[in-house]
Amino acid sequence: MAFGSVQAILDAAANEPLWQAVLDDDCRDRGVTPKDSLTKMNTLWAAMQRSVQEYDPDRRSTCGLSGGQAAKMAVAKDTIAGPFIQEVISTALMVGEHNACMGRIVAAPTAGASGVMPAVLLPLQKRDNLTDEIMVQCLFVAAGFGQVIASRASISGAEGGCQAEVGSASGMAAAALVHARGGTPAEMAAACAMALQNILGLVCDPVAGLVEIPCIKRNVMGAVNAIAAADMAMAGLNSGIPCDEVIDAMAAVGKSLPSALRETGEGGLAATPTGRKIAERL
Amino acid sequence: MTIFDIMGPIMVGPSSSHTAGAVRIGLMARHLLGVQPLAADILLHGSFAATGAGHGTDRAIVAGLLGMQPDHPDIPRSFQLAKEAGMDVYIHTGELRNAHPNTAYLVLTHPSGRTTTLSASSLGGGRVQVNAIDGLAATFNGELPTLVVRNVDRPGMLFEVSAALYQHGANIASMQLHRDRRGGLAVMVIECDQPLSEELQRDIANLDGVARCTYLNMNEEA
Repeated sequence: MAFGSVQAILDAAANEPLWQAVLDDDCRDRGVTPKDSLTKMNTLWAAMQRSVQEYDPDRRSTCGLSGGQAAKMAVAKDTIAGPFIQEVISTALMVGEHNACMGRIVAAPTAGASGVMPAVLLPLQKRDNLTDEIMVQCLFVAAGFGQVIASRASISGAEGGCQAEVGSASGMAAAALVHARGGTPAEMAAACAMALQNILGLVCDPVAGLVEIPCIKRNVMGAVNAIAAADMAMAGLNSGIPCDEVIDAMAAVGKSLPSALRETGEGGLAATPTGRKIAERL
Repeated sequence: MTIFDIMGPIMVGPSSSHTAGAVRIGLMARHLLGVQPLAADILLHGSFAATGAGHGTDRAIVAGLLGMQPDHPDIPRSFQLAKEAGMDVYIHTGELRNAHPNTAYLVLTHPSGRTTTLSASSLGGGRVQVNAIDGLAATFNGELPTLVVRNVDRPGMLFEVSAALYQHGANIASMQLHRDRRGGLAVMVIECDQPLSEELQRDIANLDGVARCTYLNMNEEA
């Protein structure tokens, strides 16, 4: 891969759309044609849509901790958030629950965070009548930013905590949303930076070590945060700290997290009396 | 790392590092062995040990050893399928020195009776890395066709192996050399841009001083 920094992506995007710069880099990197790269991303977009369609409210995870809550959220009356954000919330829960129930999802960037991207992209596509073509471009944008996060920091909860999983997804989704709304590369970088800043330090503390409590609902937080960050960026707000420096800070914070808060199921919510009781019961 | 390591893979949940990555570790081990092992002794370390059972890490590695891809719906049933396929599986947890948090140590028995050991880690997002084969450091991720050559540590071995690759038109993308001691056993890990023919693998395996030549191409069946 060629992009070691967000700045490098912005430089490459000086003369062509940012998503195109990411696609071109993929073609060079893997020695494939633009058509190959597009076809592959189309497959992922289709699988992302399928992961929502296949959601079954009657299905439960192997241990019985999860399932059915997304359906409740989807039909809730008179929410504070309003219909659009309500759909974002229930979509994030659907994919999160589908994943916990060993359903087929698209890791974006990981399975634990797989609800964030579809939760922001699917409701927006429906509301704004966006083409699949634009949504696939959004995935290229997200992947470009995600690649820099993965190389400078981490996308593994065991290495960097939840900020590396739901945090990365939220930063990627924020940049993608700016593209969907016709924003500039600089606004994408600002959106990604703000989304990451908000989630810096988030620990990975799954109860009983399972990707269920609190992982499923943290996808909701990642999705709503991405929308707020994208709106802030497109309103002209800046992140104060450039995106690359935020990503480096995320790497440093991840390294300083104790092992109990990095997916070992030994700290945070996992270490609460109820968390321990659930772990013992399983 | 490509953009499709970030966006993707399409996989069976619940964890890309603990489920999909674990399937890939098993799959890489199967490819390195060249066949389905007769028996697999699997040690889980770190977060793999602490949360592996809940994430299905154990079942995922076994599914990979059976040749399944990370999106295969039968992953949760792999223990049963291993039994039916006549593969003995032993799972335990333990501590490995200086290992990545998501690391598995596999001892695999080839149908011929010989055993191979493999240390591999899941780096996140489903990406994996082999750390060592048969106790010798060897770092590669299986994204490119990879040749692992075990040979006597003496002058000229690298020349002969690279000459064979050149004669078959293979371009070397990356290369590592390790040895246990001067004049002892050495390992070359060579990642190539092209798939390597069986004839080339045989030519290298037959070189004087080469103890074993293992070829890994994750795009082919094994």
